[in-house]
Order: sequence, then structure tokens, then C-alpha cells
Amino acid sequence: MIRIVPREEYCIGCRLCEIHCIVQHSRSKNIIKAFKSERRPVKRVEVEEEGHVSFALQCRHCEEAPCVTACLSGAMSKDPETGAVVNDPERCVGCWTCILVCPFGAVRRDEAERKAVGKCDLCPDLEVPACVANCPNEALLMVEE
Amino acid sequence: MKSYILPQYLVERDDYRCIRCEVCARQCAFDVHWYDEEEDAVFADESKCVGCLRCVTLCPTNALVVRHNPTQIPPNANWTGEVLRNIYRQAETGGVLLTGMGCDKGYPIYWDRIVLDASQVTNPSIDPLREPMELRTYLGAKPDVVKVGRKGGKPSLETRLTPQLRLETPIMFSAISYGAISYNACESLARAATEMGTYYNTGEGGLHRNLYKYGDHTICQVASGRFGVHADYLEVAAALEIKIGQGAKPGIGGHLPGEKVSAEISRTRMIPKGTDAISPAPHHDIYSIEDLAQLIYALKEATHWEKPVSVKIAAVHNSAAIASGIVRAGADIVALDGIRGGTGAAPTMIRDNVGIPIELALAAVDTRLREEGIRNRASVVVAGGIRNSSDVIKAIALGADAVYIGTAALVAMGCHVCQKCYTGKCNWGIATQDPYLSKRLNPDVGTRRLVNLLTGWSHEIMEMLGGMGINAIESLRGNRLRLRGVGLTQEELDILGIKHAGA
Repeated sequence: MIRIVPREEYCIGCRLCEIHCIVQHSRSKNIIKAFKSERRPVKRVEVEEEGHVSFALQCRHCEEAPCVTACLSGAMSKDPETGAVVNDPERCVGCWTCILVCPFGAVRRDEAERKAVGKCDLCPDLEVPACVANCPNEALLMVEE
Repeated sequence: MKSYILPQYLVERDDYRCIRCEVCARQCAFDVHWYDEEEDAVFADESKCVGCLRCVTLCPTNALVVRHNPTQIPPNANWTGEVLRNIYRQAETGGVLLTGMGCDKGYPIYWDRIVLDASQVTNPSIDPLREPMELRTYLGAKPDVVKVGRKGGKPSLETRLTPQLRLETPIMFSAISYGAISYNACESLARAATEMGTYYNTGEGGLHRNLYKYGDHTICQVASGRFGVHADYLEVAAALEIKIGQGAKPGIGGHLPGEKVSAEISRTRMIPKGTDAISPAPHHDIYSIEDLAQLIYALKEATHWEKPVSVKIAAVHNSAAIASGIVRAGADIVALDGIRGGTGAAPTMIRDNVGIPIELALAAVDTRLREEGIRNRASVVVAGGIRNSSDVIKAIALGADAVYIGTAALVAMGCHVCQKCYTGKCNWGIATQDPYLSKRLNPDVGTRRLVNLLTGWSHEIMEMLGGMGINAIESLRGNRLRLRGVGLTQEELDILGIKHAGA
């Protein structure tokens, strides 16, 4: 399966990963429309920063994912083939239990949709996830395990 | 005091394209950009902009343009905008004007007035993609006579050779100290030199312990401050270099401000943390060629006569005579650094007005050493403004054994030559010790970019050699007949030792 590995020693805190994550999950995938005219999707990666230490954090797609176990409606599931933990917005009821149990704080409320949550889906339409492809300093690596 | 200095650059932001992502604000160490929540707009304080283009390069929507401030100061050939700005700056500070990188004045670049030859009909050109082409070269003293005998029916070399540096491509990375540049930049240079089978130079900042593993591709410098020089440092190096002078600031020493002397730099340079690292202008134990010979032989003795010793000087008016003395003093390599050579910090007036162009110094030194019959006793390496593969090949045809590239290597790693190295705020993570900035240069990326640059240049050199019908870089060395001058005076042609085009 694919994993995204952050390298804090090279993360420069520019947050381009967040920006390109938003674009990739937007309706048009056009950066200007995504930020200025469309409903802006929730970012699924966040740069954690303190002083010069920073790194981009997204869902770790845990082996035994607490969010999958905790999900009331069965919206959160682990894809047996890709290993990705994915959320089905059709089934999500917005109880946010997954947010409570995620040890990394990697699941976010999607306030616009109210019911759903947003989390990293490893960009299934792309060969390389948007955050990895657009990191200017290769501080995010995609590794296949 | 109200400053009279006009902003050098204007920052133009296309409001339609700007998505307020604040990448520019986060990336500028000079605090030019900031986001205002009330206005939902990004503003810029242009007086702080140094034109390094970090923000422009990283802006995800190409919303930024940084350009020269077009405000016209009253037109005057003497009192130009730059002259006025310098005077205002000194009137406001009372200090010495400082700058970084190499001389940016418009002195003639002779490389651009020299053209290369190519074969046509009578001596066919060679296709380097189909036939062998050798860029390998060796630096060090070559014997006057080579005696070959036979051992067990096989030829064997009877002459004992002095130590040589084997270069797979005739391009090395110039001396840039850890202190002037970040650890990540040093690591990139070390790894790229190792991967390409060439060498990088530590400068006078010592060698960080973690980089000892690249020692086989490291030239360790011994400069007037003797920073970081100890037995292991000499032992681990592939070659040693005594730095007498530097092209950017001939005749003056160096000064690494205490703010840059971090714990790691303090350990590497062997000086207390936070203290200024001052390199004296001269070596206080070298006041003559004889003194220089003592240091050369002391270093050779200390390293069991296993490593070539180089002596680096700035290109100045009497470089040829000095180079002759250096060779006679026992140096294996003479490194010449021209007026366009870079620096982390130098007084502007010295950088821009002291020294001579490297092309003239190289031609003069090579000619002089040949005339004296001692050209084989040392290799000549030139530095200071080598910008591309054609500069390299022209330097070799003029008489150099190899070149050093400094600025070009930094540019490969992201440098945009804004000349603000001395501020320690390099937005590209190169000329800085600030941990927030230095992590911007990922050495994996830096190494790859440097390797790509040398690979590209090497291919181009092979193509040009092939075009001349030559299949080894050593066959071109000093072959000035393959060069012609364009638009040069007779005096310039005489010094360069080349004919004018058409002749």
C-alpha cells in the first residue's frame, strides 16, 4: 500500500501541500476557482508548526484504524486492496466520533457539508498524491509498502 | 533618520490571481509580504525586497511579478541610481558597503569574445554518442621525463609519480565554507562531487564530522585563520589547498559574524560559539615564496606525501610571476580566482574594483609557466565566473587543467544571485545558518540538481570536443589554436595568446 511519509527536517512550512490538497478535492480542480468562487473543500493535510520545526500531517491510514472501529454508520472503512482508510460521505451521518478517536487529529469536520468529515484519501485519481507532487522541497515522500 | 533610499524593486500582485494563500508571506525572510485579515489582502513593503524571487518562484498562481523600480532618478552618466543609493546608504549608516556573490560590473567577459573551432572535411569530427570520449583528467605535478621499463614481459612505469587527483569531469566545486553556506548546501556539494567523481572544496570553515565520509572527494583548505585545521582534517582530505587570496576580495581577509557561529560551526571551526571568525588578510607566517614553501612542505610532511597541495591566489596584475613562485615553492596545483569570483561577504568597492578577469590571468600564467619550462610541475585550476560548459572548454583550451565553479553551483541549488549572502537571511536556504531557512535546501534535491548540472555540462563538453575532432579533454589543453578572438584589440589577443577570427 501507499504511505505518505513526512520529513520534518525538510518541511519549510510553506503550506503548498494544503493549497494543492484543496485544489485537488475541489469541484473544478482550478486553483483560482477553488479558492475564489467555488465552495472550498476542507483540507486533508495540515502543516504542524512550532518554531523552525514543521511537518505536514495527514491521515496515517492506520493498520487498525480507530476511526473505522468507532464509525457508527459504516461510512469509514479500510480498503482491503489499497489499505487506504476512506470515508463514504453518502453514509456519513456527521457524528464526528472518528474525529474524537483519531490519535493524530487527521480527520476534520467539513463545516460546509455539516454532516460529513474530510480526510486524506491518498488522491485515488492521481499517480502521486497532490501534496507529495507539489511539495517544493520533497519533504513529503510517497512510499509503497 | 528618514531613509532616502528608494525601493530597488517593485512587487506587483495580480489581485485576481492572488488566492491569499500566504506562501509569499511565509517564505520571505525579509518580511516583505504580509496578509491583512481586515482587508483580506496581501500587502508588500517593497523597501525590504532584495529581489531573490523566492516568493515569485513558489507562488502557486503566478500572481507575483518583482521588477526593478522604474522610478527615474535624474539621468546622469556619473551619478547613477546605484551610485546615489550607495552614498545614501553610507550617509545613513557610516559603514563600509557590503555585498555578496561576485563582481557585477560590466568588465569585458572575454569568454564571450572567444569562439571555438570545429572540424570540417579535412579532420573529421567525432560523434561522442558513438565513439569513446574522455573527460577524465589528473591534477598534480607531472614528471619531466617518463621512464617505462619492462617487468615480466609487460611494460611498467619506472618513474615515481607524485600524488594526483583523478577527475572524471574537469569541473570541481569552488571553496565555499561551512558558515558562509548552510550544512545542507555543503552536504549537497559533497555528495554531488562524490557521485560525479570530482571534488568540492571546504573553504576555510573546516569540515563537519558528518561529511568526513566524502573525504575522498574533498579538498580541504588551509587559510589564514586556520579554522578547523587539525590532524584528522588533513588526513581525511583528498588534497589540501592553501588559500592565499580570493577573487572577490584580493588582499583582504574574511569575517564570519558571531551570529552565524552556531554550536555546530563552533565545533567545526574550533572557535567559541558566537565569536566572530576573523581570517587575517595575509597568512602571518607567509611573507615570501620561501615561507609559502615551508607551509607546502609542512602539509605534505603531515600527510605523508600522499596528497597533492594546491595554492589558491586571486588573479591580480602580477599573477604570472606569483604563480611561477608558487610552482617553484612546490605546489602541485595552482588555483587562480578571477575578479568575478564570488564571496559570502566582501566590501563592495573591493569586490568590484580589485583583481583582473580570469581569462587574462589564466593566459598569462600558462604562458609564463611554459616559458619557464615548469608548466608540467603543477596543474592550473581556474575559478571566478565560469558560467557554462563553453566557458569550461575555452578555459581548458587557454591552458587550464580544470575549473572550479562556485556561483554556478549555488545557482543550480536555487540561488538567484540577489547578492545578499552577507545578511544571513538567504531565502533559498543556502547562505544562512538560520535553521528555519537552511532546511529549505533538501540535500537530496541539491545533490540531484548539481549532478544534473555537471552531467549536462559534461555532455556539452564532449559534443564540442567531438566537433573539434578531439576525443580527450587532455588533447585540448592549452591548444589555443582552437580559439579565436572576436572584437578584441591586438594587445588583448597577445595576452590571451590567440589569433583574431579570420586569421
